[in-house]
This record gives sequence, structure tokens and C-alpha cells, in this order.
Amino acid sequence: MATTEEIRADLAVIVNEVAGVAADDAQLDKSFVDDLNVDSLSMVEIIYAAEDKFGVSIPDEDSKNLRTVGDAVSYIEKALVSANA
Amino acid sequence: MSTRANTGPAGAQIVITGLGASTPLGGDLPSTWEGLRSGRSGISRIEQDWDDELSVHIAAQAKVDPASTMERSEARHLDRSSQFALVAATEAWADAGLAPERSDGTAGDDRIDPDRLLVSLASGIGGLQSLVGSWDVLQSKGQRRVSPFTIPMLMTNAPAANVGLRFGAKAGVHAPVSACASSSEAIAIALDQLRWGRADIAIVGGTEAVIHPLPIAAFAQMQALSRRNDEPERASRPWDQDRDGFVLGEGGACLILETLEHAQARGARIYGTLAGAGITADSHDLVQPDPSGAGQRKAMVKALADADLSAADIAHVNAHATSTPQGDATEAQSIAAVLGEGSSAVATGTKSMTGHLLGAAGALETIAALLALHERVVPPTINLERPDEGLTIDIAALATRDLPTGDLAALNNSFGFGGHNVAIVVTNAHRTG
Repeated sequence: MATTEEIRADLAVIVNEVAGVAADDAQLDKSFVDDLNVDSLSMVEIIYAAEDKFGVSIPDEDSKNLRTVGDAVSYIEKALVSANA
Repeated sequence: MSTRANTGPAGAQIVITGLGASTPLGGDLPSTWEGLRSGRSGISRIEQDWDDELSVHIAAQAKVDPASTMERSEARHLDRSSQFALVAATEAWADAGLAPERSDGTAGDDRIDPDRLLVSLASGIGGLQSLVGSWDVLQSKGQRRVSPFTIPMLMTNAPAANVGLRFGAKAGVHAPVSACASSSEAIAIALDQLRWGRADIAIVGGTEAVIHPLPIAAFAQMQALSRRNDEPERASRPWDQDRDGFVLGEGGACLILETLEHAQARGARIYGTLAGAGITADSHDLVQPDPSGAGQRKAMVKALADADLSAADIAHVNAHATSTPQGDATEAQSIAAVLGEGSSAVATGTKSMTGHLLGAAGALETIAALLALHERVVPPTINLERPDEGLTIDIAALATRDLPTGDLAALNNSFGFGGHNVAIVVTNAHRTG
């Protein structure tokens, strides 16, 4: 089972590739839009790259509530737990 | 030589102050020009896993991958056509002595008023690789994996818009589409806009990035492409009796145009003048040029009149000369008819080296024509070993030709599917009074 930090680090790689954000900047308390300047189209790419990376499904109605990196990491953690349950 | 070109209501003479290119000969303009001068071919075997399935295995591929010059996150949201446009525009902007960033951190130069900066930058086909790539994703993985950037990457105005965004151009961003005449038309449109006083400075040019199996297959089906697969460097041979079609190229080319007043006010280095342009349409056939060459001749005559020059003033012609059997012959007759028997002009076909950059060809060849005047040397038409019989224009076959001293003018021709004819006149002089 991946740790929170492992998920954050993997997500940070995706955010870096899609939006050019330095991987160290993508910390749990950071807002994608307000702190990391990720635009709405890039956010869509980040979500589907995360779905592929972690093997989880993040429907549009949930993804729009993922404001911070931490929101996304905990969503992915929960999705992985329920997938393995 | 007269310098009373049409200056429009604003009375402005339009000068060229910056140049940039990324081409099959080099990742920047100095290396491209060195290649042109030395008669180097930019054409090679494609070497992709898909080319074996096609009848054509050669292309003029960019010497430097434009994506390799930018951040990965930036490159992934730009079609290759926009990448070339940004590389060429950035070089031209710097070459014009302009800063990349304003003091407030936004793009552009503090001395340039965004409301007076215009972009006119064309692509003939647009973001085809992004379009086809997203179609593949849709078919193999479904809608949820289709990039939300697909539309802003594939749209044909994206290169112009990306360049406008980079440099903060707010006087208008234009992306005229006229196939292989597109970037010459982009230059002509900017010339008029500047003459009309609608902007003081413009980034103009063209870009194309369609070395992909679909357009190669489609052009091959039109019998338009050379199949000299075993000798790529000899495949593009304008006016040679053994020519068998054009070679597809890719890249971008940009110029900075300014009113003379604006250029002088900031102490810019001036390469020469964009003296005139002429645009006509054949309205004869969708893809075949009018074999009489009437539209081609009229475009050149219009451009000369617009520049207030006579045929005798033309020292050099950078011909469209794509290396197709009929196209080269018709154009040679058109040039001969316009320039007349006493002309001392030296013509050349630089597509013999660069291949055909489609929507970027007009801008690249306008730059080549300008530099030929500036450096007083006409690049060779390589591979022109057995010229067509009956050619009455003087061509720099196989070797460079020197140009005389003094003020010189050159013509650049660009013709496109759809019957578009655009002629551009540049000079190495500018009125100082």
C-alpha cells in the first residue's frame, strides 16, 4: 500500500509534467489553482493522468472538489483502500 | 532605385529589423543561412517506423526539435507548428534588439506598446499532428483520455495566438490561410496594417509541422511528392529535367516589421525595407495553377507597383520553385514575362535545400531574399544539373552568385493550392529623409 508521501510524490511528478510546477512545490496544503497556478485545462489532464497512474477512477463530480494537493492525495488514498477492500 | 513605395494613409515606410528561423538546415537563422549559402541539403530519409508503408520515405525534417528548446510542460500543450513559431519569433524578437520580458515580469519589451504590436503569422495546414493524435487517443482509450488542449493545439490560428501571447501583442493577431502562400500573405497583411497606422510593429511569419504519414500519403496520392527515395539530397531539384515533385519540409520563420519612424526612434538595426506586396487569385482550378501564369504575373506586377519599382530594379528573385514538373516551368515563364529580356536578375530556388515548408515557405524565402541582398550573394539552386530547355531566366544553378553593390531589390514568389499567388518585394535600402 502506497504511503501518503509516495502518492504525493507521484502526483507531484504529474503536476510537474503537465503544468511545469516544481515537484517540491506541490505540497499537501497547496491549492492547485491559487498556489500552483494550474489552469482548468491542465487540471483535467492531471486528473486523468492520476487515474492512469494510480489505477483509480476520479469522476468529474468529485474532481471538481479537489482544491488542494492534499485533497487529491486523500481522495486517491481512499479510492485505493476501497479498491483493495 | 526609387524609394517612393506606397506608404498608405499613415505615410509609413515599413522596414525589417529582426529575423528568426528553425528549419531543416538549422535550429536558428545563422545556421540556416550558412546552409543556404553553402548549398547544403536539409533533406534526408525519414527513419520512422511508419514510412515503410508509404511510397515516399524522404522529407526535410527540422534540424533541431523545437520541443527540445522549451520546458516539457510548455511543449506538451503546443502543437509542433506552434513550437516552431515560438522558436522563430523569439529569435526574431531578440534579433531586433527587443527584450523577452517587461520590468513587471510579463512578456515583451518595455519600449513596445502592446496596443501597437501586431502578429500576422500563418500555417498552411495547422495542428494536424495534434488532431490526428487525439483521434487515435479517442479511438483507443475513449473520451476521458482526450486532452482538453486538443482544440487550442490543433486550431490553425494557434501559432499566431501563441506568439501574440508570448510577446503581449494587442493590436490584433492574424492567421491568414492560403496553403503554400500563407506566410507571404501574412507578411502582405501586416504590411498594409502598418501602412494604415493600425500598429507600429509586427511579428510576421509562418510555420508548418506536418511530417506525418497522413499528409505524406495524401500528397503522394496527388502525385505531388518526389519519390527519389534513394537519393534524398538530390530529390528537390527545381527546373531540372529530372525533377519529379516536391519534398515535404517543416519549420518556422519570422520577421519583425516596423514603421521606419518606430525603428529609428528606438535605434533599431535595419536590414532593409518591405517595399511592396501583390496578391492575386487564379480562380482557375482548386489545385492546378493557371497554366497561362496570368495570376502569377499580375501578383508580381502588383507588388512592383506597390513598391513603386520597375522590373529593371529587381536584382534577385527567390522563386516559389517547388520542384514539380509543371509548376516550375510555368513560374519561370511568368518571371521572364514580368522582368523582360533585359533583366539582370538572378533567380534561385532555395527549396532545393530546404524542401517545401508549405505555410512557412513564404516567410523563410522572404528572409532568404532579404539576406541575399544584404549579404550580396544569391544562394544556389542545388541539383539543377540539366536545366529545362528554353529557360529564359538566369538561375544560380549549383553555385552562389554575387550581387552588385548599391541599393538592390528582390522579389519573392509564393503560390498555394486554391490558386493563391503572393509576390513580396524587399530591398536592402531605406529612405533616410
